[in-house]
Amino acid sequence: MASKIAAAKDIITLHGSAAIVSEFFCYAANSILYNRAVYPEESFVKVKKYGLPMLLIQDESVKSYMSNLTSQISEWLEAGKLQRVVLVIMSKATGEVLERWNFRIETDKEVVEKGVSREKSDKEIMREIQAIMRQVASSITYLPCLDETCVFDVLAYTDADVAVPFTWIDSDPKLIANPQMVKLHAFDTKIHKVDTLVSYKNDEWDEEEA
Amino acid sequence: MDAGMTTSSHLKAQARCPLQEHFLPRKNSKENLDRFIPNRSAMDFDYAHFALTEGRKGKDQTAVVSSPSREAYRKQLAETMNLNHTRILAFRNKPQAPVELFPSEHSASLHQQAKSLQPRRYIPQTSERTLDAPDIVDDFYLNLLDWGSANVLAIALGHTVYLWDASSGSTSELVTIEEEKGPVTSINWAPDGRHVAVGLNNSEVQLWDSASNRQLRTLKGGHQSRVGSLAWNNHILTTGGMDGQIINNDVRIRSPIVETYRGHTQEVCGLKWSGSGQQLASGGNDNVVHIWDRSVASSNSTTQWLHRLEEHTSAVKALAWCPFQANLLATGGGGGDRTIKFWNTHTGACLNSVDTGSQVCSLLWSKNERELLSSHGFTQNQLTLWKYPSMVKMAELTGHTSRVLYMAQSPDGCTVASAAGDETLRFWNVFGVPETAKKPAPKAASEPFSNVNRIR
Repeated sequence: MASKIAAAKDIITLHGSAAIVSEFFCYAANSILYNRAVYPEESFVKVKKYGLPMLLIQDESVKSYMSNLTSQISEWLEAGKLQRVVLVIMSKATGEVLERWNFRIETDKEVVEKGVSREKSDKEIMREIQAIMRQVASSITYLPCLDETCVFDVLAYTDADVAVPFTWIDSDPKLIANPQMVKLHAFDTKIHKVDTLVSYKNDEWDEEEA
Repeated sequence: MDAGMTTSSHLKAQARCPLQEHFLPRKNSKENLDRFIPNRSAMDFDYAHFALTEGRKGKDQTAVVSSPSREAYRKQLAETMNLNHTRILAFRNKPQAPVELFPSEHSASLHQQAKSLQPRRYIPQTSERTLDAPDIVDDFYLNLLDWGSANVLAIALGHTVYLWDASSGSTSELVTIEEEKGPVTSINWAPDGRHVAVGLNNSEVQLWDSASNRQLRTLKGGHQSRVGSLAWNNHILTTGGMDGQIINNDVRIRSPIVETYRGHTQEVCGLKWSGSGQQLASGGNDNVVHIWDRSVASSNSTTQWLHRLEEHTSAVKALAWCPFQANLLATGGGGGDRTIKFWNTHTGACLNSVDTGSQVCSLLWSKNERELLSSHGFTQNQLTLWKYPSMVKMAELTGHTSRVLYMAQSPDGCTVASAAGDETLRFWNVFGVPETAKKPAPKAASEPFSNVNRIR
């Protein structure tokens, strides 16, 4: 069937979509770590991705953590078992949760079960991801300053019947009490739809001024 | 103790006065325990946000026709999330935390001093205070210690009930039971912190007013043998006996017996009402834990209980309802079982089982943090503090020289009192020091979702 739409459509398979999403998550997490100054600026290096200069951390332990994470996320995505991924930023001293970056994933179950593929222009997906990345970078304008040293953690919300490798343990959701929430853009590969939401602890200064 | 001696001379005749302080040398071990302070919010804002904005999602999507299967799937996903079929996982090997930069670059150290937060809680390894508890009955099935909401501790030593005021440190005697009725087998403060129920060996239960030191009434005729466990639910006093019966008594009315729960075949040694007052958990010497629900019991079903949990292989005396998670009950088994099990009392499912290595005599949840304290017997006679839900041991408190049968928590949730057959009553600041104790997270804002913004 002849497509009248200007952008040509590409075939997206489940495997490909999972790769796109897990890669997105890796870059998004790095971007968050850089923008929120969880790790010092010097430890990041610039690469070109999604038509933007993206920053990747060089620290070995974080790199290996990320690669383990992305490969596991990719696996879960292909099985259609992943519901969301949450990046939690906590104070190193008190362990209090300061920010919560919530990536909610909706999987088209039909693709997982029957192995069909979808069509969507790669460029379109890249554009959507680019929009999200820009939003993450600009988030520092409204997110409260993180004055203290912070650490991050990543939580994965999966279906109850998923096969859990022993390297993953059950955790509590690490929620924030009375958070401020901001919804960011979403992107869709037609197989996986990823929604982004950031919730953060109310800054006391803001409340006083208001 | 000779029969016929009056109360005052009885006191003098004793070699030791009860509830006198021991001054023990303390070893000053500063153990830094890594404690993660999780967040207490029970509301899942992310899901709530999703549920609220589901209708508006159409705007965000690129022009795509949602196929019926997609819509149906979307609905199912929302349902699934609602039914808690989600597992939350975190990667075990955490990445290395960022290295601390020079103080001039980060105002972190100054910031912390200004906030005066204690980053790591120091849990003292020795008891803060030790009092004498002579003639305390060393019987696993009794419940002889309770701390009331007016900050007064009640302890039964033999035939006498003593009250220890925690704010002033003074001891007073409430009552000495007559020889043929005693010894005292259980004691429990009413929610008002003023009235106290005393269960006796002869199956009677006496109700006392601690403010005026007067006996208000006696509940008799309900049980056939000793009353080893008591639990209050507003005006209902639930009593558990050696005859296996559990009786709900309304203490305001003339014939108090409102209901009798039958199910246990041996002594009922553990009895606890849930925080909501809707469910009652009972543990018996028959190794069975029953969950009784007020709505189920009143209906005419074949069995009165909501759940009958038979997984324990020994008597279950230790029962504790979780303060921060509804429908979560922790139970501990005796010498042959030695496990702590966690139950969803809504479905009756066993969520977790942990082998502690020794008889579990009592369990207490922390009111401020997600922690559980258990008391044990042979061989260590220790109190173990566990992190929940990971069940990692945070601290082990030793000091007692015989099994720690009885435990009670202070009303402010910071101190735990424990008594054992070694005739000592010890106080442990295991849940935090009163000044820095955190208040539980404030409940949801008046208008839910008022703080949701959108970026465009």
